[in-house]
Amino acid sequence: MAKHHVTATLNGNDVEFLCETHQTLLDVLRDDLHLTGSKEGCGSGDCGACSVTLDGRLICACLMLGVEAQGKSIETIEGMAVGDKLHPLQRKFLEHAALQCGICTPGFLIASRSLLERNPDPTEEEVRFWLAGNLCRCTGYHKIVEAVLDAAREMRGA
Amino acid sequence: MSDMRYEAPKTVEAAVALLAGANGAARMLAGGTDLLIQMRGGRIQPELLVDLKGIPEMTSIVAENGSFRFGAAVGCMVLVEHEAFAKAWPGVTDAVKLIGSIQIKGRATVGGNVCNASPAADSVPALIAAGAIASIVGPKGRRDARVEDIATAPGKTSLAKGEIVVSFLLPRRPPHSGDAYLRFIPRTEMDIAVVGAGINLTLDDKGVCTQARVSLGAVAERALLVPEAAAALIGTKVDAAALKRLAAAASAACKPIDDKRGTKIYRIKVAGVLARRAAEIALDRARRKN
Amino acid sequence: MDTATNYSEKKLKIIGTSPVRPDGVPKVTGLAQYGADFSLPGMLWGKILRSPHAHARIRSIDTSKALALRGVKAVLTSADLPEQKFEYVGPERIAVNFWHMTRNIMAREKVLYEGHAVAAVAATTSAIAEEALRLIEVDYEVLPHVIDVDQAMQPDAPLLFEDMITRGIVPAPKQASNISKRVEFKIGDLEAGFAAADEIVEASFKTAAVHQGYIEPQACLARFDADGQGEVWSSSQGHFIVRTFTTRLLGMKTGDLRCHAAEIGGAFGGKTVVYVEPVAVALSRKSGHPVKIMMSREDVFKATGPTSGASMTIKIGVKRDGKIVAAEGLFKYQAGAFPGSPVMNGCMCGFAPYDIANVRTVGYDVVCNRPKSVAYRAPGSPISAFAVESTIDMAASKIGMDPLQFRLMNAAKPGTPTVYGPKLAHHGFSETIEALMQHPAYKAPLGKNQGRGSACGYWFNGGGESSATVHVNEDGSVVVATGSPDIGGSRASMALMAAETLGIDYDKVRPIIADTNSIGYTQGTGGSRVTYATGLAVINACNKVIAVLRARAALIWNIDVEDVIWEDGSARPAGKRAGEFEPLPLKAIAAKRSVTGGPISASESLNAGGQAPGFAVQFCDVEVDPETGHVKILRFVAAQDVGRAIHRAYVEGQIQGGVVQGIGWALNEEYIYDQAGHLSNAGFLDYRIPVASDVPMIDTILVEVPNPNHPFGVKGVAEANIVPPMAAIANAINNAIGRRMTELPMSPPKVLAALDAGN
Repeated sequence: MAKHHVTATLNGNDVEFLCETHQTLLDVLRDDLHLTGSKEGCGSGDCGACSVTLDGRLICACLMLGVEAQGKSIETIEGMAVGDKLHPLQRKFLEHAALQCGICTPGFLIASRSLLERNPDPTEEEVRFWLAGNLCRCTGYHKIVEAVLDAAREMRGA
Repeated sequence: MSDMRYEAPKTVEAAVALLAGANGAARMLAGGTDLLIQMRGGRIQPELLVDLKGIPEMTSIVAENGSFRFGAAVGCMVLVEHEAFAKAWPGVTDAVKLIGSIQIKGRATVGGNVCNASPAADSVPALIAAGAIASIVGPKGRRDARVEDIATAPGKTSLAKGEIVVSFLLPRRPPHSGDAYLRFIPRTEMDIAVVGAGINLTLDDKGVCTQARVSLGAVAERALLVPEAAAALIGTKVDAAALKRLAAAASAACKPIDDKRGTKIYRIKVAGVLARRAAEIALDRARRKN
Repeated sequence: MDTATNYSEKKLKIIGTSPVRPDGVPKVTGLAQYGADFSLPGMLWGKILRSPHAHARIRSIDTSKALALRGVKAVLTSADLPEQKFEYVGPERIAVNFWHMTRNIMAREKVLYEGHAVAAVAATTSAIAEEALRLIEVDYEVLPHVIDVDQAMQPDAPLLFEDMITRGIVPAPKQASNISKRVEFKIGDLEAGFAAADEIVEASFKTAAVHQGYIEPQACLARFDADGQGEVWSSSQGHFIVRTFTTRLLGMKTGDLRCHAAEIGGAFGGKTVVYVEPVAVALSRKSGHPVKIMMSREDVFKATGPTSGASMTIKIGVKRDGKIVAAEGLFKYQAGAFPGSPVMNGCMCGFAPYDIANVRTVGYDVVCNRPKSVAYRAPGSPISAFAVESTIDMAASKIGMDPLQFRLMNAAKPGTPTVYGPKLAHHGFSETIEALMQHPAYKAPLGKNQGRGSACGYWFNGGGESSATVHVNEDGSVVVATGSPDIGGSRASMALMAAETLGIDYDKVRPIIADTNSIGYTQGTGGSRVTYATGLAVINACNKVIAVLRARAALIWNIDVEDVIWEDGSARPAGKRAGEFEPLPLKAIAAKRSVTGGPISASESLNAGGQAPGFAVQFCDVEVDPETGHVKILRFVAAQDVGRAIHRAYVEGQIQGGVVQGIGWALNEEYIYDQAGHLSNAGFLDYRIPVASDVPMIDTILVEVPNPNHPFGVKGVAEANIVPPMAAIANAINNAIGRRMTELPMSPPKVLAALDAGN
């Protein structure tokens, strides 16, 4: 069975790849496109470490097939900074020590950015419930939530 | 696995033809959030995947004279973000909001949630309580079915080979109607429902309940419609005594199992508690709605 | 070395601040490389075949069909690994037995748990490797299995090892059993102690196995060259451990395997052993190509060590004035398929926070058909603490005393003997209890169905072997190399300690984790030892560099080195030559290194002692839904004596992380087995770790009673914080609804059943 030839947009750039039907978008990103910033923590959509956005929509890359990316626009962690300019969320995560081992961090950053795009002034509870699909085992979430709220403040210009 | 075909038809008819004509195991692909997990675990090894997301009829949300028809492949996040729908059917919206995480909802669909036929699916009790009708297209043409008639057993539906649930119709509601869905889970998010309770009720001008539908999830092989529980509310002002009878009827209707998510005893108890609490929310919404 | 030794009196410039970690940017941009992120040209994909049975004899393994599959380059079974001698090596508490270890890596005579590795393949694609696994034919003779620790101790229980005779019993038993070891510790006269008590409280407890729950599954990339040398990149808490174990298991020379520490995605003790590395190296050896292996989440739950579940009984005798006069504990811990539960730690730590004259603890290490248990954050101590701290709470209640006041009254102090021998040598515990009691919320009123509970915990903390090398670059920046994998921000702490010692800017220090060929031997990252012991090595190496810098300055100024001091990052003339020359900053001396003697660098290797134990004291407020048994954590306050917080935010982070793990352990986490011995919840859906919406902000109180044995007063902080939460929550639930929960997890059905039982 021939592979699918897929063309899509990835972090603003044109991309094309070959994939078999069973390969997930996460497999394609990591193994074929060599973008290992999205992580596999569970392969079943329970941990959020593979979070990316698809046409602006927050999803788990492990629960989408590579072939479904045809014609779509994908954003991964590798596209979050612009050159050497970090996104406010990336800066705030560093300032607030919101990462210890860092494996969940790309997923949290993508998920948090998605939240703030829709809700620029979330409450603590709204942040926690939006991020319930991202597991962290190191931080207890405390500094992650603080970093997101602080980034939101900065992005609102407050 | 490496011989698995993938097709993305643009019409319902084309999708039906692909599914009906498949020799080996064929699967519909909407959100994929259940399917990909089942494929990964080796539980199913389809030879054909039919992607439904490119079919306009299956991804639209249309309001008509107060009723709503939404495509079975509408993403959950798209549905919960639809202001008019959420206003008309807050209980159904509550239920869809509880499916998985934001990421899961970014892909998952109500069609998939219903047709995956998990007894604990969150959208189902709310849809049943709402009286939702599924519009089905198959090799023999179109037909309608009540949502409570779709799932027959865990993982099994009443759909024939080649039949696709294309959309759901939520009928126009009388004034003073409210619906609610509650589920019990051990954490605050991310768990499969241990018990789910969906209630839809209508009051008359004097505040007396004239119609009600009560549905329970995760307490039997499929979601239950519980007429005895609804009967406890109809003709009453949904006072404490009526709610007590509702809870008892809900508990009595359960046929649960012991599994890693809950015990029989626990589910029976909590079903009554949730039914009561959901009724209170539905009542409040009905009172505030003209 | 007068100016460089003791900083407790000096004003510290950057120690105690919270600068951005030096390795942070790659982690927020997705560029940091974890175990699964490495590739090499020609790389093969390795996969492991695992037993579907909880207990079975392996009659035969036929790999011929797998080998014949196009794309398969190697197949591995235990026949490819040398047999190991049966002996326990190392200190009793952490002894290793390679006879067991090789069998855990790849089963030989039997499979002892569902998920036990049986064979492995390396193939050109992941899909081909998966298919090859399906073609391996294993002939099993299924045997009866046993899961529960009490059942495994029964005389008629199925035996995992037909010749296992319990160690620690004299005379040795004649019958084999599943009890690998019995340990006992005692001080004083237990009978007399209980006889003198006014009140005696006794209770039994059960806990379930829980997993460390790191988000990153084990993964590695290995290559083996034709000359017998190899290289491994893996996420591990100790790449020297990876080297030692892998070379031993494969019959390689230690120095022939170069191990790199990848960034590591969480570990908490679970990555202090090897699973995939020996398999990957062996497959690479057989195939002649690099091999990458990544465990699936399901395999992580089924086949990597959780910590033990346990069955325990505690008895405490107390006088009416509050003095504890006697304490006794019986601890039965599951070891999993091979001996080595942390039951000794549980016996040693349980009563360690208290000054009790008469104590006895007895422990049993019991094998059963589950994955072999591995360290989980203060291994063994959280388990015994659940039982002890719950009973302490019951005792306080019996005599009508505030639970923290009760603990304060009986708190261990310097000079208090522990049940395992040494006397406590450090202050800090009482101070921590007092600090917690002063928290404004401790006396805050509670609402309906709400309760407050407290508990404390003890952990030894570790010292041990560490090495560090400090190089001064031409521009005055500094590289600090250690052999301690960074699992929580330790590179930032190393940079802080080096910068403070040298007197230079934090941004001038570049900490790295060097591979096993490039740095001196270093024990694993664990035991809360890195900031202490590796920090000591870094400080000492910096002090050696300072000695060199002073000598270079003396040369440049042509004065005696005794008249040169190092202060605020510069060499300064002092004594009789004071003021004669302008200070020479490190940068200036570095620029002149060639003409003053050459490159400037220094190393230190040590075996650190003098570490202080960790004391954690916590209280929490909960609300119980009386109709569903759901427990909500309203508030959690965690105090800990941290000695001195080197990087304040990371110290807070350790406490917050450990507490939330404890919350999960208390409320929802457990291994659930079916009747056939299969794990029912081998995924994050049904193995329920806390999500962000499950927990509130965690209030931390950093008590700083410096450790006099460390230049900056450091005490290990990472582990003690997971010891108290389960009991604190049980005590809070009891306070809320008047029910004593004695089994973990305290999930809603159990709480509701307890509520209903009392009605």
